[in-house]
Amino acid sequence: MGFDISTLLPVMPEIFLLTATCLILVIDLYLSQENRFFTYGLSLLTLAATIAVVLAVGGGPAQTLLHGAYIRDPMGDLLKVALLAVAGFAFLYSRVYLEQREMFRGEFYVLSLLALVGMMVMISAGGFLSLYLGLELLALSLYALVAFDRRSERGAEAAMKYFVLGAIASGMLLYGISMIYGATGMLDFAGVARAVASGETDRMVLLFGVVFVVIGVAFKFGAVPFHMWAPDVYQGAPVVVVAFLGSVPKIAAFAMAMRILVEGLGGLGLGWQGWEGMLIILAVLSMAVGNIVAIAQTNIKRMLAYSTISHVGFILLGILAGNGAGQSAAMFYAITYALTAVGGFGLLTILSRKGVEAENLHDLKGLNDRSPWLAGMMLLILFSMAGVPPLVGFFAKLFILDALVKADLVWLAVVAVAFSVIGAFYYLRVVKVIYFDKPLTQAPIVSGMDARIAISVNGLAMLYYGLFPASLLAACRVALGG
Amino acid sequence: MSADWPILSTVIWLPILGGLLVLFSGDKAPGISRWLALAVAVLTFLLSLPLWTGFDATTAAMQFQENHPWIESFKVNYHLGVDGISMPLILLTTFVTILVVIAGWEVIQYKPNQYMAAFLIMEGVMVGVFSALDAMLFYVFWEAMLIPMFIIIGIWGGPNRVYATIKFFLYTFLGSVLMLVALVYMYFQSGSMSILDFHQLKLGMTEQLLIFLAFLAAFAVKVPMWPVHTWLPDAHVEAPTGGSVILAAIMLKIGGYGFLRFSLPITPDASSELDWLIIAMSLIAVVYIGFVALVQQDMKKLIAYSSIAHMGFVTLGFFIAFTIFARPDVNDGVVLGVQGGMVQMVSHGFISAAMFLCVGVLYDRMHSRQIADYGGVVNTMPWFAAFMVFFAMANAGLPGTSGFVGEFMVILASFRADFWFAFLAATTLIIGAAYTLWMVKRVVFGDVRSEKVAALTDINGREALVLGSLAIAVLALGLWPGPLVEVMDASITNLVKHIAVSKL
Repeated sequence: MGFDISTLLPVMPEIFLLTATCLILVIDLYLSQENRFFTYGLSLLTLAATIAVVLAVGGGPAQTLLHGAYIRDPMGDLLKVALLAVAGFAFLYSRVYLEQREMFRGEFYVLSLLALVGMMVMISAGGFLSLYLGLELLALSLYALVAFDRRSERGAEAAMKYFVLGAIASGMLLYGISMIYGATGMLDFAGVARAVASGETDRMVLLFGVVFVVIGVAFKFGAVPFHMWAPDVYQGAPVVVVAFLGSVPKIAAFAMAMRILVEGLGGLGLGWQGWEGMLIILAVLSMAVGNIVAIAQTNIKRMLAYSTISHVGFILLGILAGNGAGQSAAMFYAITYALTAVGGFGLLTILSRKGVEAENLHDLKGLNDRSPWLAGMMLLILFSMAGVPPLVGFFAKLFILDALVKADLVWLAVVAVAFSVIGAFYYLRVVKVIYFDKPLTQAPIVSGMDARIAISVNGLAMLYYGLFPASLLAACRVALGG
Repeated sequence: MSADWPILSTVIWLPILGGLLVLFSGDKAPGISRWLALAVAVLTFLLSLPLWTGFDATTAAMQFQENHPWIESFKVNYHLGVDGISMPLILLTTFVTILVVIAGWEVIQYKPNQYMAAFLIMEGVMVGVFSALDAMLFYVFWEAMLIPMFIIIGIWGGPNRVYATIKFFLYTFLGSVLMLVALVYMYFQSGSMSILDFHQLKLGMTEQLLIFLAFLAAFAVKVPMWPVHTWLPDAHVEAPTGGSVILAAIMLKIGGYGFLRFSLPITPDASSELDWLIIAMSLIAVVYIGFVALVQQDMKKLIAYSSIAHMGFVTLGFFIAFTIFARPDVNDGVVLGVQGGMVQMVSHGFISAAMFLCVGVLYDRMHSRQIADYGGVVNTMPWFAAFMVFFAMANAGLPGTSGFVGEFMVILASFRADFWFAFLAATTLIIGAAYTLWMVKRVVFGDVRSEKVAALTDINGREALVLGSLAIAVLALGLWPGPLVEVMDASITNLVKHIAVSKL
C-alpha cells in the first residue's frame, strides 16, 4: 500500500509553519544585528502566509487523518486563524521594546513560532498523544521565552517556577491519560468517546483519569487552584513575552479543553458523574480569587495575571454549560479575550522606555495628558475587560450568561455577574490612574509606527466587535456545527 | 406614523459621531471644539423636533419605528421606536444637552474637547436608552452611559471626585447586572429580545417576583430611591456643573422610565404584590430625605437631596395604581397618578437643571458651595437673584410653575388610594418650601456677607440665555401642561389597562 502524499494536505498549515520557522532560524544565523529586522519581517510574513494556508486548505467538513491523531475541522480552522492573528499583534508590539533592551534577537521570534506550531498541533489533536506532543512543544518554548532576558534574575526565577510547576502538571496529565487509556484502551478522542458511550468501561478508573486530566487542563488555563504560576510568570517575564504568553495560549487551552473534555469525555454525564462539577468548582474559585486578589495588586502585570484567572473562570463556565451555545460562547470569549489581553500588554510595552519598565500602576498616571489616543485605546481595552457595553467583553459575558440560563444554572449566572462587578473595581482604578491623575513624567512615549498601528487596530477592534458581534459569534457557531 | 428618514437613529448617532469629531479636534483649539459641540447639539435638538410635531397622540403604538437585525443568532434587533412616554424624555435630553454645552463654555479650561465630546456621546446614548425597543439594545445603551459619566465626574469634578465617581459606577453597575440576568432569563423563556414581547410574556408569581426585584435593583439605584440613594449626593457634589445637570435632569429619569417600560408591564402581579415596598420607599424619600435636605450646608448636596425627594413623587405616582385598583369604590385616579409622575419627571428635569446651573454660576465666581459663605447675593447680582428665587419657588412647588403640576396630580391621585399616602406626600409642600426657601434666604437675601460677595458680578449673556430658556420652559409647563399630558395620554391609558390584567 503506497502512501499518497496528497492526503497530508490538511496538515499543510503546520508543515508550512514548521518549515518556515526552520528557515528563519537558519537565515537568522547569517544576519548581522543591523539586519535583524529581516527576521522580524519574515516572522510576520510567515504568520500571514500561514493564515492564508489555513484558509486555503480549511473549510468543509471535518477530516481525520494519520490514524486519528490529527483532525482538521471548522473549529480548528477558526481557532488557528485567531491564534495566528493574535500572535501577529504580539510580534508587532515587540520590536521597539526588544531593540531598546538589546534583546532584539531572532530567538524570540523562532521560539514564539515554535510555540505556535505546538499550539496548532494541540488545536488539531485527534488523540491524547498528538495533544501532548503539541503541549510540550508549547511549554518548552514558553519556558525559554520567560527567561528571555538573560540578565533578569526575576525572569530566571519565573522561568524556573514555570518549568517545575509545568512539569508537574504535565506529569499529572500523562498520568490521567494513562488511566483513561487503561479504562478505555483508546488514545484517540473519538475512540475514547465510543468506549465511554458503550458503558463497558471501568468507571472508577476512568473518573480517576478524568480528575488528573482536568488538573492538567486547569493548569494550562491557569484556573484556581492551579494558578500559582501565573502571577509570578507574568511579573517576572519581559512584558513582550507576557503579551504573547498571556493571550495566545488561552485559545490553545480552550481547544485542549474542547478536544479532551467535550469530544473525548463528553459522554460521562452531567454534574458529578463527569467533569461538569469539577469545572464549576474551578470556575467559581477562579472568578472569586482572580477578581478579589487583583484588587490588592499594584503591579499591573500581576493584576492582569489575576484578571486573566478570573476570565478563565468565565471560559470554563461556557464549556461546562455543555450545550452548543455554551461552547460557542466560550470560544467567542477565548478569542476576544486573547485579543483584549494582547492589547493590554501591548500598551505596557509601548509605555516602557529604555531602562524603565511600565509595570506599576503609577507608571500609567496621567496617560491622558501624555497621549490622549493611547489613553483612549487603553480605556476601550479596560472597559472591555470589565464587560461594559458597547465593548466586546460585554457580549462575551452575555453569551456565557445566556448559555448558563439555558443550562438551568441561573445561580451560576448570578455568581458570575456578582464577581464581574467586583472585577470592575480594579479596571476602573486603572482608568482612574490614566485619566484622573497627573503624570509623573513628561517623557515622550517612544514607540514604532508598527506598534502604534497595532494598538489602534487592537483597541478599535474592541469597539468594532462590541458594536457588531454578530459576525464573529456566527463564525463560532458555524465552527462548532451549531 | 413614520417619517421617510430614520429620525431616531439620526438623533442617536449624530451626537455620538459629532462627539468623536469634537474629540479629534484636539485640545489646541478650544474655540473650534466649543462651537462644533454647540452646532452638533443644536442640530440634534432641531432634528429631534419632528418627533413632537409628527407625533400621533391618538395611539399608544410605537411610532417612528426602525427595526434591523443586529445579532441574528441571538435574535437581537436594532429596534427603535417611541411612544408618548419616551418621546417627551428624548426632547428633554436634546434640549438640556444644549444648555450643558453652553454652560461649560468658558468654565471648562482643561481639555474642553474631551469634555464636550463626553456630553455629546452621553446625549446620543441617553436618547438610545429612551428609544430602544429591544431589551439588549436598551441594556447596551443603559450601561454605555456609565463610561462618559465616569470620565466626566472623574476628570472635571471636585476634590473628592475619584471616590464619588467610582462609587457612582459600581453602585449602578451592580444594580444593572442583576437586570441583565433577568433579561437573559426572559429571553430564554420567550425566545425574543423584544421589550414588547416581554410585555405579553406569561410569567409565574415566583419568576415575576425575582424579575421584579432584579429590575428594582437596577432602577431604584438609578432613580435613586431610599435607601440606595447614597451615591447621588456624592456624585452631585463632586461632578462639574454640566455633569450634575445631566445626572439630575436625565439620568435619574431613566430609572423612572425603566419602571414604566419594564417593571410595571412585565411583572404586573409582582408589582401589585410588592407595591407597599415601593410606596414606603417613596414616602420615606419624600419625607425623610426632605428633612435631610433641610440640614445640608452644601448647596449642591441640598439640591441633590431635594432631587431624591422629588423623584419619590414619581415612583409614588407610578405605584399607587394597585392600591386604587384594589378599592372597589374608586375607579379613576390611576392614569392621573402615572401622568403626574411623568409630568413630575419632565418638570424636575427643567428645575433641577436650573438649580444646579444656578449653583454653578455662583461656584464659578466664588469657588465655594457652602451656604455659609454666601449672603446678600441679591445686592451684587440682581438678575441672577431673580432667576434663583424663581427656580427655588418652582422647586418648592409654587402654582404656576411646572413643579406644582406634577406634585399636585400625584397628591390628588394618592387621595384616591389612601388618605395617609396623600397626607405624607403633601408634607413636601411644607418641607420642600422650607429647605429651598431657607437656602435662598441665606444665600440670596440679607446683608452682603463678605468682600468676595461684594465683588461678585452679575450673570453674563451666556448664563442669562441658559437660565432664561429654562425659566420659560418651567413657566410654560406650569401654566399650560395640556400638550405634554395630551401626548402621553394614549400611551399611559394603554399601560394602565395592561397592568390591570393579571399575567398569572
